[in-house]
Amino acid sequence: MKRAGIVAWNTFREAVRDRVLYNLVFFALLMIAAALLVGQISIGIEEIVIVTLGLSAISLIGILMAVFIGVGLVSKEMEKRTLYALLAKPVRRWEFLLGKFAGLFLTLAVNTAAMAAGLAGAMWLVQGSLKAEDAAVLVAVYFILLKLAIVVSLALLFSCFTTPLLSTLFTAGLYVAGVFAPEIRAIGKVTGNAALDAVAMVFSYLLPNFDNFNVIAAAAHRRAIPGMLVAQNTLYAAVYCAIALAGATMIFSRRNLK
Amino acid sequence: MSGPAIEIEGLTKDYTTGFWLAKKKRSLDNLTMQVEPGEVFGFLGPNGAGKTTTIKLLMGLIFPSAGTARILGRPVSDVGMHNEIGYLPEQPYFYDYLTARELLDYFARFHGYGAAERRERVERMLKKVGLETAGKIQLRKYSKGMLQRVGVAQAVLHDPQVVILDEPMSGLDPLGRREVRDIILELKKAGRTVLFSTHILSDAEMLCDRVGVIAGGKLRGVGSPEEIVGVQSHGMEILFELSGAGAGGIVEKAVRIGGRYRIAVEEGELYGAMEQLRAAGAKVLSVTRVRQTLEDYFLGLMGAEQARASAVEVGEK
Repeated sequence: MKRAGIVAWNTFREAVRDRVLYNLVFFALLMIAAALLVGQISIGIEEIVIVTLGLSAISLIGILMAVFIGVGLVSKEMEKRTLYALLAKPVRRWEFLLGKFAGLFLTLAVNTAAMAAGLAGAMWLVQGSLKAEDAAVLVAVYFILLKLAIVVSLALLFSCFTTPLLSTLFTAGLYVAGVFAPEIRAIGKVTGNAALDAVAMVFSYLLPNFDNFNVIAAAAHRRAIPGMLVAQNTLYAAVYCAIALAGATMIFSRRNLK
Repeated sequence: MSGPAIEIEGLTKDYTTGFWLAKKKRSLDNLTMQVEPGEVFGFLGPNGAGKTTTIKLLMGLIFPSAGTARILGRPVSDVGMHNEIGYLPEQPYFYDYLTARELLDYFARFHGYGAAERRERVERMLKKVGLETAGKIQLRKYSKGMLQRVGVAQAVLHDPQVVILDEPMSGLDPLGRREVRDIILELKKAGRTVLFSTHILSDAEMLCDRVGVIAGGKLRGVGSPEEIVGVQSHGMEILFELSGAGAGGIVEKAVRIGGRYRIAVEEGELYGAMEQLRAAGAKVLSVTRVRQTLEDYFLGLMGAEQARASAVEVGEK
């Protein structure tokens, strides 16, 4: 486990040195511009607009980073052959994978935390202060982070057996499908076809259900998010990541590094 | 440890090529050999012979189709054993956003050293490979030769019992090659086992207790460099100077190199040739027995291999 931590720290260091966190500048500019403009274009609902815009941007930037960096986590090391010297050290392949996952998740967590701080600043500018009910926004940020963990685990899984391009397509495709998981589940019922209903049901349960993680609207209206949902989503993300990482380990442990 | 340092038995590796009509390509065929503790073993062969495949199998980077391999008595699948093994990959490439110092420190962490010991080892290794002044530069700015030196440094950083180097002299200038040779000799003096692959035969002749020659995925011979090339004489070489105009006969057959002449004769003709040179007023500088070099052996082997391949090709037509 300690060795996975060493790999994770190096993965984080790579992201920082590759200037991945520069996206924060873009987010900061977006928030400043939004805070200045929102009062003029949305009378009375400034607080809702700023939170919706901020959380959507945090989610989008995070997803883009998780997909595009995630698909290169293993393939880049194989392509550049940096993996050869590393695996000659007493590092097991699962420790390497876990380290890569944890390193990118740490990067995304730092990035998300910085963006959340930026959003809090923008809210403070618009509202004049921060209130207790704004905690719902924090829960929404936490859910985004859980969603990113699942996306990273899927990107890592695909990265273990296919090219970066296909990994990107598969991960992005699964993300989009996961967002619409409830709609996919409903397809069978709408058509009335029993066979299609069964297939759609199985398929929708296999997909990561990202719909459960989307509480942006509730947070924007400062509606309290139930503790049960927080617990459910945390458990769901942990189990989904564990399954995806176990799959990645099974594939990668048998892979010849040509 | 009483057994061999490296023990390979019937190691075979097949690769599948193609997607729909998959074909099997054998890159290593039933390799059996041993490397003894404290020995410097040279693994010789042309490009594509199976040297790197063998080394990758030993390092657990690829998996065998058949056969087994053990290092220090433990199966190569035992990753814990990597604490006792140093490995330099062929044409090494490392995280280019790190400096050499950071990279070595990163690798040292996996061996569980504390901060002070890591610092001491990293500085010692940088000095050993002549990179102490370049240690603060990011690896993306390193030349191929410098990366090779970093590669050697990370391979011996943890003072391993067995060191496996894949083409360690590749990309190095004469000074760098000499430094790597010195490191290998130092390792030998310290009782370490070294297996290195090369196609630079002079390095193998200079460093190795034994060599193994591999071609076409098959081991063609194992032994000391002398055993491999054999002791049979390939004639005599006479080097001489000629002050006068020079008589015909033997002198005309000699090759002029600057102010000197060189001629190769059969062993039985030596005395006759010497007599003729004396008669011609030549001053004999040296008489040397011409022996087959590892290079001759190698080229002979490759020639036979190509001839065999052509025969198969013709046969198939």
